Amino acid sequence: MPQVMDASDIRRALHRVAHEITEQTEGAEGVVLVGIHTRGVPLANRLRDAIGSFEETWVPVGTLDIGLYRDDLADRPVTNLAKTSLPVDINDRTVVLVDDVLYTGRTVRAALDALTDFGRPAAVRLAVLVDRGHRQLPIRPDYVGKNLPTSAGERVSVHLEDTDAEEGVWIYSDGGDR
Amino acid sequence: MSFLDIEGHDRTDLEATLDLADEFIEVLRRPIPRVPALQGKTIAHIFYEASTRTRLSFERAAKALSADVMNFAPSGSSVSKGESLKDTVLTLRAMGPDLMVVRHGAAGAPHRVAAWTGLPVINAGDGAHQHPTQALADSLTIRTRFGKLDGLRVGIIGDIRHSRVARSNVAAFTALGAEVVLVAPRTLLPVSSAEWPVTMSESLDEIIEDLDVVYLLRIQVERGGACVFPSLTEYVSRFGLTSRRFSAMNPEAVVMHPGPMNRGIEIADSIADDERALVLDQVSNGVAVRMAVLFRLLGGDRNG
Amino acid sequence: MADYLLAGGSVLTRDGLVEANVQVGNGTIEAIGADARSGEVIDCAGLIIGPGLVDLHAHLREPGQEWKEDIGSASRAAVAGGFTAILAMPNTAPPTDAGHLARYISDRGTEVGLCEIVPTGCITKSMEGQRLAHLDELSDAGVTVFTDDGASVADAGLLRRAMEYVAERGGLISQHAEDPGLADGGHMHEGTVSSWLGMRALPSEAETTIVARDLALAEMTGCRYHVAHVSAAATVGLIAAAKQNGLPVTAEVAPHHLFFTEEAVRTMNPVYKMYPPLRSEADAEAMRAALESGVIDAVATDHAPHAAHEKDVPFEEAPRGVIGLETAFAAVRTSTRLDPAAIFDRMSVRPARIAGLSRHGRIPATGVAANLAVVDMDEQWTPTKFESKSANSPFAGVRLTGRPKYTFFEGALVWRDQEAGQ
Repeated sequence: MPQVMDASDIRRALHRVAHEITEQTEGAEGVVLVGIHTRGVPLANRLRDAIGSFEETWVPVGTLDIGLYRDDLADRPVTNLAKTSLPVDINDRTVVLVDDVLYTGRTVRAALDALTDFGRPAAVRLAVLVDRGHRQLPIRPDYVGKNLPTSAGERVSVHLEDTDAEEGVWIYSDGGDR
Repeated sequence: MSFLDIEGHDRTDLEATLDLADEFIEVLRRPIPRVPALQGKTIAHIFYEASTRTRLSFERAAKALSADVMNFAPSGSSVSKGESLKDTVLTLRAMGPDLMVVRHGAAGAPHRVAAWTGLPVINAGDGAHQHPTQALADSLTIRTRFGKLDGLRVGIIGDIRHSRVARSNVAAFTALGAEVVLVAPRTLLPVSSAEWPVTMSESLDEIIEDLDVVYLLRIQVERGGACVFPSLTEYVSRFGLTSRRFSAMNPEAVVMHPGPMNRGIEIADSIADDERALVLDQVSNGVAVRMAVLFRLLGGDRNG
Repeated sequence: MADYLLAGGSVLTRDGLVEANVQVGNGTIEAIGADARSGEVIDCAGLIIGPGLVDLHAHLREPGQEWKEDIGSASRAAVAGGFTAILAMPNTAPPTDAGHLARYISDRGTEVGLCEIVPTGCITKSMEGQRLAHLDELSDAGVTVFTDDGASVADAGLLRRAMEYVAERGGLISQHAEDPGLADGGHMHEGTVSSWLGMRALPSEAETTIVARDLALAEMTGCRYHVAHVSAAATVGLIAAAKQNGLPVTAEVAPHHLFFTEEAVRTMNPVYKMYPPLRSEADAEAMRAALESGVIDAVATDHAPHAAHEKDVPFEEAPRGVIGLETAFAAVRTSTRLDPAAIFDRMSVRPARIAGLSRHGRIPATGVAANLAVVDMDEQWTPTKFESKSANSPFAGVRLTGRPKYTFFEGALVWRDQEAGQ
């Protein structure tokens, strides 16, 4: 099971993404970071901290559980939901959705649907730690920590201190990931 | 899987539903308070007893989850032509609903419907037996106010003998760790308390200051006077929540009522509008818990 | 040559169970023992030959409700259950409140010819509890048992007059003891289970108060008084005391009250709905003990057929009653500690005596009418199919012990269990 990123790789990748976001939004003006449960939430918090470290501005962070918007509820039951909370009105702001792995794009599709129910942002951008390819929907990330070519049979696993007590990205060859 | 009574569910399970309902409260506060979770599902509401508020609450819950709703009420339908409950629900099943919400005047009717149709069924009130989603709404209301039910003393006051709300609430409140006292004249207390995990009292004045929740049941005015107690005046003097009794309550304690209220009978007019009367919270929590029950029954149903 | 030779079984005689062959011919028992040697051999090895069972209480639904049962199907159910005589309750449509109606029922029984169908008569006209039925006509038609079964005669003054009238004719008043006020439209026994299910319920006192009142009237009038389907322990105490005081009182219990309790109603399955209702475990134990001690004289089925669609409704909307003819013997054998002689006593000898049936309930002996039940005391079986038109049996699917194998009515073999030896 090859490890493809360690803690410092992740830190550097996020730092770069934070810079890119800041540049393209003119100092993160009007930006809301929205982490998709589960691992998008700590990643969004880290991006906020990173942006704060060089811009001295603290962009608001929201969280989104897309369980209720999934298109595969019948196959993968949802038994509980995490907090969805958007601390500010998203109308006319730039929402940056944050997730750990971009794969088929279905999670992002669900997140876009969910956002629509909260308002009409000026723009929605997508930041992911890892893009592993194999999209099933016309969705493209705006900010990518690392492009990771994979085969469909492989599984990409992101672990973060906040949720998993270890830090890193691994590829396994046993079965698919969604 | 159906949701027919509280007893079939343990504390963990009830709490999971309440946790989910907490999230649905957030959904209901969104600018567009609707999620697509049950898109494409159809829910049949079968109400053999008139109940506008419960039916509307279920309807609101279903629509907030993007489910479609079919409503069936017996008046003016085939029931007046003598069609049996079984034939009626089998006919409705043939129209393809994914779940049935059943209210019926006979205890156990929703259980029969579940057996006949093989569909998930939610009991929306059967006879004087159970009204489990009301119990969840009330449990959520108490939990939101106090953080938990553990150690709370809940007094249920009124016509307990004929109340499905009392039966399901006793089961839910005690399962979640509260202590329940039933308060009523002897004619309205359960005939046998052997299976009720409660204590009983025939004096509201003796216990009112010890209660954290004063839960008032509706007195059936049309039935009451005739045989179960001598007169409404007498009932109010012993069991009504008057201003005097309200001021004897612990200042943290709250008042609940499943509605519709008889102002001036079980509850004094002014108390019904007090900040400590959680009647409207019960109603809005009702929508959230019904969403949670619907979502748990249909959201993860492979065969749905 | 005689008709049948019942070979290899045990015969219930006045001296107890005796291993002996029985020769049946010309409608009678022609010989028992060494003299019994001719006739078609019926293999009775391991079986007991006793008097045909007598049911004091069955609802045959004819005339008027033939979709539930008729006298033909009820007769088949009866002989399948080992019965050779059954009393037809009068709550038909129209109710049996006049002589010609009683004659119709016994004539139909004769026409079917499988067992004796004994009509009973109403106490009040149309069973409405308002004025007396045609007791004289009914009595002339051979009716000895009068009852408004299904409802109590609530008016004590009216019941007193009926008792005076019936006493004069040597008849018997059988009371369905249920005070309508206490019963309060209830659906089940008032107790722990009803309390939690929230169903309207009948307390035991609905039965006991009526029996207490009626016993005073029986003493007043000298009329023979019979308590139908006793269900409450307290009622047993009243009956025992009345018997000690020499009152002409008898009582019956239904098999389901020996076997089931209110716990069964927790399922809210209408197959457990009957009146009087299934009561507590203490009540059921009191019923078994009273039947064993003889305070309760007889087992009576209260066979009450209802079509499947009528029973397949919510409990509170279901009609009352369960079928019982085909499972009564097994239910008694399974639930009580009665020995074979005592079972035949409670299910044949005593009920025949109560109803005044001279051709039934007689211990087998040479010259006695050949109304016989041949039973296996130990066979284990599970009822699934019924000869009755209806299948509303709480015993369906329940493992039981004891089974009627052959039934002889007036010397004719009217029932042979499919699985019995050929």
